Amino acid sequence: MKASVPALILAFVLVACQNRYPQGENLYRAYCANCHMEDGSGLARLIPPLAGSDRLTELANTVCAIAHGAQGGVVVNGITYSEPMPSFRNLTPVEISNIVNYLHTSWGNALPPVNPAQVEAALDDCQEPDLR
Amino acid sequence: MCVVLAGLLACSEQQEQQLPVLGPSSVENGDTIRHRIPDFRFVNQDSQWVTNTTFADKIYVADFFFTSCPSICPKVKKNMLRMYERFSDDPRIRFISHSIDTKRDTVGRLKEYASNLEVDGSFWHFVTGDKKALFDIADEYFVSALEDPGAPGGFDHSGRLILVDKHRHIRSFCNGTDDEEVDMFMKDIEKLLNEG
Repeated sequence: MKASVPALILAFVLVACQNRYPQGENLYRAYCANCHMEDGSGLARLIPPLAGSDRLTELANTVCAIAHGAQGGVVVNGITYSEPMPSFRNLTPVEISNIVNYLHTSWGNALPPVNPAQVEAALDDCQEPDLR
Repeated sequence: MCVVLAGLLACSEQQEQQLPVLGPSSVENGDTIRHRIPDFRFVNQDSQWVTNTTFADKIYVADFFFTSCPSICPKVKKNMLRMYERFSDDPRIRFISHSIDTKRDTVGRLKEYASNLEVDGSFWHFVTGDKKALFDIADEYFVSALEDPGAPGGFDHSGRLILVDKHRHIRSFCNGTDDEEVDMFMKDIEKLLNEG
C-alpha cells in the first residue's frame, strides 16, 4: 500500500500536466494553429498572438472573431495587427467553448473556463461583419 | 602514405560537406548541363525590378505564397522569419517570396505585408508580376503552384523552400512548415556559404 503513494502522486502529476481540454486542443490545431501558430505566438505584426493576449479577457472578442471573422486592425497588447481573420461559422457553441477553454489555459494564459451557454449568449451579441 | 591517406580523407570529407546540385541534367556536345533557374524579371514591394542580377554573386532562398493564404503560408513565413533573424546581416544571401495571387497581391499589398512582417526590403523581396511567368518559374524551382477555386484561399501550392547558389543551381530544399527540416535547411545554407 505504501508503494502506491508515489505512484498516486505520479499519476496525479501526469493528469494535472495534461491539457484539460484535449478536444479544444484538437480544434485549435485544425482551425487556428495555421495562423496563430501551435504555441499561440502569432506572426510579427500580421497575426496577433493568443498567448498573453489582452483581448482574450473579453469573451465576446474571442467568440465573435471565431464565428464571424475580423477585419484587419485588431489591437492586441497595444499593437495593431493588419491581417483580416476568416470566419468559422461551421463551429458549434460547444466546439467554440472547447477552443476558448484551451486558449484560456494554454501558454501561461490563466483565464476562467466558459460553458456553451455563455458562448451562445456572447454569440447573440456579436456585431462583427462576416468575412467569409 | 600517411600524407596520401590524409589527403584522401580530407577530400572525401570536403565532398561530404558539399551540397549536391539538384534537378535533372542533360548532355549537350559532351558537356553535362545541370538544371539552372532561367532568366526572370519580377517587381518587388518597393516597385523595383528583381532579376537574376539582383542575386548576382549571392545565394538565395525562394518560396511561393500569397498574402491572404489561410493554410500553410503563415507557418512558412514564421520559419522564414527565424532564418531571417539568423542571416539578415549577411550580404552573401537574400530571400525572394513570389506571390502567386497576382490579382490581389499588388505591389502596395506586398509592401504592407513586408512592413508588418518587419523585414528589410533590400534583403527579402516580395515579388509579383506576369501570372504565367510566376507559375512557370515555380516549375523551374520544382514547387507546385496551381490556381484551384476549391483550395483554401483559391490556390493550391507547396510550402517548399528552395536554396539556389550563385550559378543558379538548386542545392537544397525543405518543407517550410516543418521546424526540424528548416533547421537542417539552415545548416545547408551555412554549408553553401562556406563554399564561398
